[in-house]
Amino acid sequence: MSLDKATVAKIAHLARIKVPEEELDHLAGELSQILTFVEQLNEVDTGNVPPMTSVAAQKLRRRKDEVTDGGYRDAVLSNGPETAEGFYVVPKVVE
Amino acid sequence: MSYIQGETGDWEIVIGLEVHAQVISNAKLFSGAATEFGAEPNSQVSFVDAAFPGMLPVINEHCIEQAVRTGLGLKAQINLQSVFDRKNYFYADLPQGYQISQFQQPIVGKGEIVLDLPDGSSRTVGVTRLHLEQDAGKSLHDQHPAKTYIDLNRSGVALMEIVSEPDMRSAEEAGAYVRKLRSILRYLGTCDGNMEEGSMRCDVNVSVRKPGEPFGTRCEIKNVNSIRFVMQAIEYEARRQIEIIEEGGKIDQETRLWDTTKFVTRSMRSKEEAHDYRYFPDPDLLPLELDPEWVEDIKKTLPELPDDKKARFIADYKLSPYDANVLVSEKARADFYESVAKGRDPKLAANWVTGELFGYLNKAGKEIEESPVSAENLGGLIDLIADNTISGRIAKEVFEAMFETGEKAADIVEKKGLRQVTDTGAIEGSIDAVLAANADKVAEFRSGKDKLFGFFVGQVMKATQGKANPALVNEILTKKLKG
Repeated sequence: MSLDKATVAKIAHLARIKVPEEELDHLAGELSQILTFVEQLNEVDTGNVPPMTSVAAQKLRRRKDEVTDGGYRDAVLSNGPETAEGFYVVPKVVE
Repeated sequence: MSYIQGETGDWEIVIGLEVHAQVISNAKLFSGAATEFGAEPNSQVSFVDAAFPGMLPVINEHCIEQAVRTGLGLKAQINLQSVFDRKNYFYADLPQGYQISQFQQPIVGKGEIVLDLPDGSSRTVGVTRLHLEQDAGKSLHDQHPAKTYIDLNRSGVALMEIVSEPDMRSAEEAGAYVRKLRSILRYLGTCDGNMEEGSMRCDVNVSVRKPGEPFGTRCEIKNVNSIRFVMQAIEYEARRQIEIIEEGGKIDQETRLWDTTKFVTRSMRSKEEAHDYRYFPDPDLLPLELDPEWVEDIKKTLPELPDDKKARFIADYKLSPYDANVLVSEKARADFYESVAKGRDPKLAANWVTGELFGYLNKAGKEIEESPVSAENLGGLIDLIADNTISGRIAKEVFEAMFETGEKAADIVEKKGLRQVTDTGAIEGSIDAVLAANADKVAEFRSGKDKLFGFFVGQVMKATQGKANPALVNEILTKKLKG
């Protein structure tokens, strides 16, 4: 499968990664190669094989409905580039 | 079927609803942080909720149970295997950059909701699915001129998204749907249904078509937070779409907002390209598998739900569908009514509960739980009417005093001397006095002006401060006037 420049630009935008116009061709080539490599898996007929969800035979772990976490606002906010009055502060985003 | 009149003929509105209902739980869906409303900003946030690197989600088993309970209450199919997916988008109040949700394999499949319409009729609307997902944080735009403040307390709280089929055809039906869903959730104890605090929010899908034609292009009105707004937004949006089509235009499928000050819907252009969510199974979470016996055990603990309760009230108490609806809409109301009706005339009890009591509560802005008149005391009042201690008219006066003071009916009747006069001699005396004072009217009555009977009854009641037994007054008055 090969990706064109427009598709690469769209993926970059969805991922909020800034890609200069002149790099799009190069990236389209690399991403296409990766896809082609992975597409080899299509040679195996997996029609009757249920998807494998885990390498170990285990079930989804569950937690009791108890409050065991939170209450450390300063730690949570400590990595925020800007904070005020207990909030994260970001550039205005308004609909 | 209600159509909208356009320039080119009748139009039909087609409505589907997505309701986000916050699950009642102590802790969040995938973390141990608290869910309580109104806490200090960011005080109920774990490192999972703030998306710190390496933090892993662990599912809250009570939230699973709540979703299953809701599914059972909607008579829906419970999927014993479901899968959590990542829904990818960037927004400042979504620290992970994705929301954990369920896409192709939700926990609950097809169900139904019976709408109780204002005219007493019912209509069944299909539920497409119910899935579990995380809520996002909250953005505050009014704290700073150039900045948005973010509170992640809500981030990670469990939501049930309940999606309806496009089965509704009027704003009224959509309103009835939200009311009924809210009622069922509250009966089940799975969501408190508080739309003001945002624990229930609606996305409304609206399209229009000529009757019998295929569905038109729909617009989605996001995050409508009251039943009244849902109905207003539908009315506005349908007319907007009809106008565009009739002027030769076409509807763009888009996301819109209900402006609660201008009463219009308007486009949210910025959301358009964001619709590519690139769902994929969340690699941090194994599929959710349910034990069929566990589901059966939950089923056994379901309460009597509004539809069953309504049917029972109609069958056992001989109530009208309308009264039954009003009483079963809230479990507390139904319970109150049943304690009043126990051992008494159920129809009379229904009249007092839905009439006087609800009227006074409404005026006072109180919920039934805060009623100054207890079920026991209202029952006591009805007993006094039944044994002729007071008339129905005096009872209303007594009720007013009960509502103000919370006292028992019997005490008020004694204190105010409101006991009904059933002494025929005393009533006869009052009647004689009234007839003597109105000799001219008596003559008119006897010459055929039957309507004056009511005037005499009124005068007698006035003379006895309303305490005379009305049946006795009628009886004796008839005898005296005709005699």
